Amino acid sequence: MSIAEQPPTTETPELKIVKDATCTFCGCVCDDMELTVENNRITKAKNACVLGKAWFFNHHIEDRPDATIDGQPVTYEAAFDKAAEILLNAKNPLTYGMSDSTSEAQRVAVAITDWIGGNLDTTTSVCHGPSGMAFQGVGEVTCSLGEIKNRADFVIFWGGNPAESHPRHFTKYSLMPKGQFVPNGRKDRTAVLIDVRKTKSAKAANQFLQIKPRSDFELAWALRGLAKGLEIDPDIERKTGISLETLTDLMDRMKKAKFGAILFGMGVTMTRGKHINSEAILALTRDMNRHTRWIAKPMRGHGNVTGADNVVTWSTGYPFGVNLGRGYPRFNPGEFTSSDVLARGEADAALIIASDPMSNFSQPAREHLAKIPSVVLDPKLSDTARTATVAFTTATYGINTPGTVYRMDDVPIPLRPAFESPYKSDYEILKEIERRIRAKQLGV
Amino acid sequence: MTLTCITNGLLHDPANNIDGVVRDVWIEDGRVVAAPTDLGRRADKTIDAAGMVVMPGGVDMHCHIAGPKVNVARKMMPDDKRTAEPVRRTAFTRSGTTGSVPSTFATGYLYAGLGYTTAFDAAIPPLLARHAHEELEDTPIIDKGFYVLMGNNHYLMKQLQENEPERLKSYVGWLLNSTKGFAAKLVNPGGVEVWKSRGGNATSLDDTIDHFDITPRQIISGVATAVDELGLPHPVHIHANNLGVPGNYNTTLDTMNALEGHRGHITHIQFHSYGGDPDDQSTFCSRVPDLVEYVESHPNITVDVGQVMFGETTSMTGDGPLGYFLHKVMGRKWFSGDTEMETGCGIVPITYKNKSLVHAIQWAIGLEWYLLMQDPWRIAMSTDHPNGSSFRAYPEIIALLMSRDRRREMLARVPGGLKERTTLADLDREYTLNEIAIITRASPARILGLKNKGHLGIGADADVTIYQPNEDYQRMFELPRYVIRRGEIVVEDGEIRSNTEGRLLHVAPKYDEGPIDDIQEWFEKYYTIQFRNYPVDENTLHEREVIGS
Repeated sequence: MSIAEQPPTTETPELKIVKDATCTFCGCVCDDMELTVENNRITKAKNACVLGKAWFFNHHIEDRPDATIDGQPVTYEAAFDKAAEILLNAKNPLTYGMSDSTSEAQRVAVAITDWIGGNLDTTTSVCHGPSGMAFQGVGEVTCSLGEIKNRADFVIFWGGNPAESHPRHFTKYSLMPKGQFVPNGRKDRTAVLIDVRKTKSAKAANQFLQIKPRSDFELAWALRGLAKGLEIDPDIERKTGISLETLTDLMDRMKKAKFGAILFGMGVTMTRGKHINSEAILALTRDMNRHTRWIAKPMRGHGNVTGADNVVTWSTGYPFGVNLGRGYPRFNPGEFTSSDVLARGEADAALIIASDPMSNFSQPAREHLAKIPSVVLDPKLSDTARTATVAFTTATYGINTPGTVYRMDDVPIPLRPAFESPYKSDYEILKEIERRIRAKQLGV
Repeated sequence: MTLTCITNGLLHDPANNIDGVVRDVWIEDGRVVAAPTDLGRRADKTIDAAGMVVMPGGVDMHCHIAGPKVNVARKMMPDDKRTAEPVRRTAFTRSGTTGSVPSTFATGYLYAGLGYTTAFDAAIPPLLARHAHEELEDTPIIDKGFYVLMGNNHYLMKQLQENEPERLKSYVGWLLNSTKGFAAKLVNPGGVEVWKSRGGNATSLDDTIDHFDITPRQIISGVATAVDELGLPHPVHIHANNLGVPGNYNTTLDTMNALEGHRGHITHIQFHSYGGDPDDQSTFCSRVPDLVEYVESHPNITVDVGQVMFGETTSMTGDGPLGYFLHKVMGRKWFSGDTEMETGCGIVPITYKNKSLVHAIQWAIGLEWYLLMQDPWRIAMSTDHPNGSSFRAYPEIIALLMSRDRRREMLARVPGGLKERTTLADLDREYTLNEIAIITRASPARILGLKNKGHLGIGADADVTIYQPNEDYQRMFELPRYVIRRGEIVVEDGEIRSNTEGRLLHVAPKYDEGPIDDIQEWFEKYYTIQFRNYPVDENTLHEREVIGS
């Protein structure tokens, strides 16, 4: 019996409880949800955070057509045919999104893009893509979240606000839990927050270092110098807003930690310096291992963006920003990343999966995307779905569909859907499109 | 049912004592069958192998081809692919990249292209087993599976500490069933936990492991015992402590002794056969003869080599402290990843240079192993792909083993100091085709306990490689004329003819389920996922076969 089919704890026609369900809203991918489902609607989500609750309660079934072409309701068959036609006729198509979908669906999306020789990119290119590039420069010393829970006695949150972006990170993984070698939980840990503004996360930290905007690189580089015992120019305070004395004290404590962790967010990757900032933090962490154990970890946002990185990598060798137009994978962020391919007006068709670039890409990119034929899969009528040539209403991953999702630390977690959706899943829709494309290509 | 016949080939099937005899091979329904007794029955399909060499499909028993560590290496090294020839999409095959860590589809095609039809990834953390399965499903054509990392597992070490061998045995059984793995793997037993705990390592089998008050020796003997008592097809698979350290041959001898007569497979033994003083690199030398003597006189032990070849590659290992050591030596980018309760991981790019005496000695030590072991049935070819080199180097290694002259040509291009430090220059042995067939298919299949692989007797999987003889053995083994997997031609003259999925091979040992409550209680205290979400659901797997039951 598959996990998805295992009977829930309690079930009556109107009410069922699903235990050990997984929340796919953010990169925490908490798999300890206990969902109460009444008449195909989740009414309770025990253990869910505020974001998780919003996720579960807002994904009830809406009365929308299965699929539309140019906004007009059509049958699945008609929509599959049209989608396949659009993608087959394109010379330089783009596949984008995928980070809110199962890895099973991601694999089909990658296969389609390979068969048609398109650009292949995920939301990584607009969040932790720079960390991916930094990773290629210096590597990374990291661990699964359970290692932080069980060992970390010093945690630095940098350029992020987990209290609001990943609400259970503190309680489940990084700050509060009693761990194997930190038996007193929070009392055994020191927490430092480094950010440009005092967010809600500051309250949870022992120390808040408010740095000047756009000075993350300088701060990380100064800490690297201190870790190596180099003399640092006191002018660092003018650049970063943090005094040399404070930094020296911080480094002393970092060296005394038994196991330290730097958890960094998009405040690092999407500010001046971008991948150079991530590189500085990864290099600092690496250097700290000459003194004691330290790890670093980017705080990934979307539920399965980590899965998207993995699937694209194992299929092509590269994590994002891939082009398959020559019949084999090439990698070049800035050239093959979606916002760039669109903004330069190069893509002539798009396959957008569970993502909404029309609400967050640059204006030139949005303008071009609105002009070209597109196939959009989304549970909601997003801005992108509104402009689509073919739009599919999809079942929501984790709520309606089984599959696999990778947590921000690359731990793969199975999904236990709460109730069935009348709509098809990304996986099913993409499989149908792939089948049609292949039939056409092979002339069968 | 299609009846296929491979006719008139020169058959090398050492497991069935066939050494280069002209004989037909009949195939039906994916398996080798007896020639039809009904003389009127003709083959539906004939493959003319006249003048060609016919062998079972190759079996790689130790490589790193799928899962979290391999994928991190792909992610980290775009540079590795920049000048490597890509795999181009065809009408019915997928595209990919190569370099030292090929993408999944490319991996399947490249193995098949070399005449290999089975391969096992050697190091998967149980928590991340799902990831390995997803990648293996996307690795076409070959049959495959993986070994489950256990040498630094907390629950296992706790059972040793509390002297609970029965519970330990149950746990090994439960873990293999939960992960759908093939074998128990130890990597630097105990040492990785020391690294995770305080950045150190275990340096002898009698070091005390932090927090658990046990020794690497206890881990080795405890798991070896459990594996034998569970009746697993493959013995405990051991990456010994002190990999790469001069003088480590003593640790390797110690490791083999720690098995206390139980079956054990010592993997990539080349990296564990070093003499000399750890603090004085100039004393670095081979101690292969001492180790070969031990292995040959202890039938409970088998080995694979982990051959080093010169060039660029990637070191990847579950041995976290080794990764850090290599990073310090090479000064290159470094990945380290620790998995809760289970294991570590280290990845560093590495270049083996023929101008380096140390690297040349490593290269020679691998060849010494092949040439000094008189019994080919207890040694298997491996490069520990990609650690010593890519699996794509196998044809070149075969050529070196079959030709003394070819070895001499290479010896002329490495530092002269090699001669005093290894016996390679004195070894005149040349492998026969039959011996090659043993170390590349028959022996690894037998060591793995795969009854239907590595031979072409009746009932065997019809995995067959057909080679066009060539004086240049490298050329011969690089480009098989045909490769057949389960009766289907998958490669013809280097062209991939199939995009079949291949089959997952795993074990499902029976075990006493009594301790599961205890395992669950421990699990729920320390892991960050739910106990019920840990086991891999067999319905999510592609075509599979349970081995050994």
